[in-house]
Amino acid sequence: MGIKVAKTGNEAFAEGMRQINPDVVAAYPITPQTEIVQIFSQFVADGLVKTEFIQVESEHSAMSACIGASAAGARAMTGTSSQGLAYMWEMLYIASGLRLPIIMAVVNRALSSPINIHCDHSDTFGARDSGWIQIYSENVQETYDNLIQGVRIAEHPDVRLPCMIMTDGFILSHCLETMEMLTDQEVQEFIGKPPERENLIKSAIEGNPITIGALDLQDYYFEHKRQQAEGMKNALKVIPLIGKEFGEKFGRYYSFVENYMIEDADIGIVVIGSTAGTGKEVVDNLRKKGIKAGLLKIRVLRPLPVEEIRDSLKNLKVVGIMDRVEGMNAFCGPLYSEIATCLYDLEKKPILTDFVYGLGGRDVKIEDIETIFNDLLKILEKGKKEFTLKYIGVRE
Amino acid sequence: MPSIRELAKRESRFVSGHRLCAGCGAGIVMRLVLLAIDKPVIASCSTGCVEVASTIFPYSSWKVPWIHSAFENSASTISGIEAAYNVFKREGKIEKEIVFVGFGGDGGTHDIGFQALSGAAERGHNVLYICYNNQAYMNTGIQRSGATPKYAHTTTSPVGKVIPGKIQWQKNLVEIMVAHGIPYAATSIPGRWNDLVNKVEKAIKINGFKYIEVLSPCRLGWPHEPELTMEISRLAVETCLWPLYEVFEGKYKLTYKPKEKKPISEWFKLQGRFRHLLLPQNTQLLEEIQKEIDRRWENLLRKCEEI
Repeated sequence: MGIKVAKTGNEAFAEGMRQINPDVVAAYPITPQTEIVQIFSQFVADGLVKTEFIQVESEHSAMSACIGASAAGARAMTGTSSQGLAYMWEMLYIASGLRLPIIMAVVNRALSSPINIHCDHSDTFGARDSGWIQIYSENVQETYDNLIQGVRIAEHPDVRLPCMIMTDGFILSHCLETMEMLTDQEVQEFIGKPPERENLIKSAIEGNPITIGALDLQDYYFEHKRQQAEGMKNALKVIPLIGKEFGEKFGRYYSFVENYMIEDADIGIVVIGSTAGTGKEVVDNLRKKGIKAGLLKIRVLRPLPVEEIRDSLKNLKVVGIMDRVEGMNAFCGPLYSEIATCLYDLEKKPILTDFVYGLGGRDVKIEDIETIFNDLLKILEKGKKEFTLKYIGVRE
Repeated sequence: MPSIRELAKRESRFVSGHRLCAGCGAGIVMRLVLLAIDKPVIASCSTGCVEVASTIFPYSSWKVPWIHSAFENSASTISGIEAAYNVFKREGKIEKEIVFVGFGGDGGTHDIGFQALSGAAERGHNVLYICYNNQAYMNTGIQRSGATPKYAHTTTSPVGKVIPGKIQWQKNLVEIMVAHGIPYAATSIPGRWNDLVNKVEKAIKINGFKYIEVLSPCRLGWPHEPELTMEISRLAVETCLWPLYEVFEGKYKLTYKPKEKKPISEWFKLQGRFRHLLLPQNTQLLEEIQKEIDRRWENLLRKCEEI
């Protein structure tokens, strides 16, 4: 079994990458850059991995080189953050459209402008419709565990989609936490050899030419997109299987969401990432006071685990969504839209309200989440909401 | 180098059925480049005429493994493929030698793809990059590019009452690639098959990043009569607008010297995009172009130690 170590989120990502030992890594240090790749560079320089490391000249080329490598049959990985992810945008859709199981470690950070290097989720939320599987982490342990599971999920023959694993910028990426690291052998055994798929190098060797990325007009594009959508649907079946297998082997079980005191709760919050830790503390305090509070943590946003979200929230009376993104739609944040979509078809559903918080790394404290629960309690008393969106922790 | 007879016997790896225009230079370039390589090839291609005309799903003209991902990244895509090959080879998973070729038009190479190209060249991937330069964004409707010649008419640099076409000089990308310190850079044309085949054969024997830019006449955008493709590409060489040369490990060599340098007006008069330059009121513009071509030609001769 693994050993207890102290690692930052960046180190956990880099160590995970070392143990996965990918064939190709292509990465670029855009501002804000992540430490992941520089730690990994040292592993390459010390001969600890077999990886061909391509120090590309941009994030656009990082994803392009990963696409080339993956299409050539390699296990390809990269890491990025914020502007770097934004610069990759075009290639994100191409990676998923070509059904290439690329793995990307992402440190969630705010998007410019104004320029800011700290945590919020606006970078990856913007990429939520790009056809990538999205898995978010609450702490350093999950960051590491999710990365390793991500390889199996992405490469599963029924899925064959790229996968991005998230950790919160600074809050997790730069903070030392105790975690359990698996042995190199355990990781290798868990991920196994990549399942065989058609690729350029195999095609060149066998003299059986394939064309990848052809022009796909009105008569075929739709069918190919439909197949891609099926891959994402299949991820709904594969993700819990991999999470269960991981749990059976290593003792930490994973699925789409984490329910915290939600089963009998009247009021609850929905969160993503490290804020879940703070939120659980608040829930504990409220429970001590006899208030039936709960918390739903979204681990997987893509595919959207509609059934699990419904099951978790259907019996609640009031739910506050915590959005670490401003949706700029003059109404609500994007997580609110996602959750509201899940609940719309239920006959009996909770009152929903949205709280946008923590933009650009603004600290979220226990008192902030208490404020949210106080609002939820007021809504519970009145039986109706007086606002759909409230900003938490901003000077106005 | 193979004779034309031997070359004709080789299996074509860019096959007919594609939908490039009659008289398109690019199809000839693709076919010749692949004929010149008698090893397994993996090719990447930027978005552009060749990509859209040769791979309309479920058809493909490519009898080599081929990938297109986007407009600006043929060079970085082929970098990733070459890296995958290197790791597999190092691990003993494969032994066969594979030649990696990146294709791009002038837009995907000079303009939007320049960053990826420059990065791949600097990193020194073992790749041959072929730019088929038709001097504008022909696939999207003849918009000007950084490779469009001065005073050429395009749809975004139209000849008007006050502006006589594109007002900037074309970028000299071959020289920029030479400045990267890559081991081999060259120019070529479809109209001299032996020149192109020779250069491709030579390039693939060299380890590192190689760049060949082939002037590729576009009957639609230049426009010219489709049967003039080969002649018009040769005339670009005879007028010294498009000299044939190579730079191997920093040493310049003229690979063809015109017996008699023809005036640039000879090249212009076969193409609609320069028609305005032949009008009496534009003599000054024509002279300006001729002067610059002369200057560049002399510069090159000096570099090639011809004068």
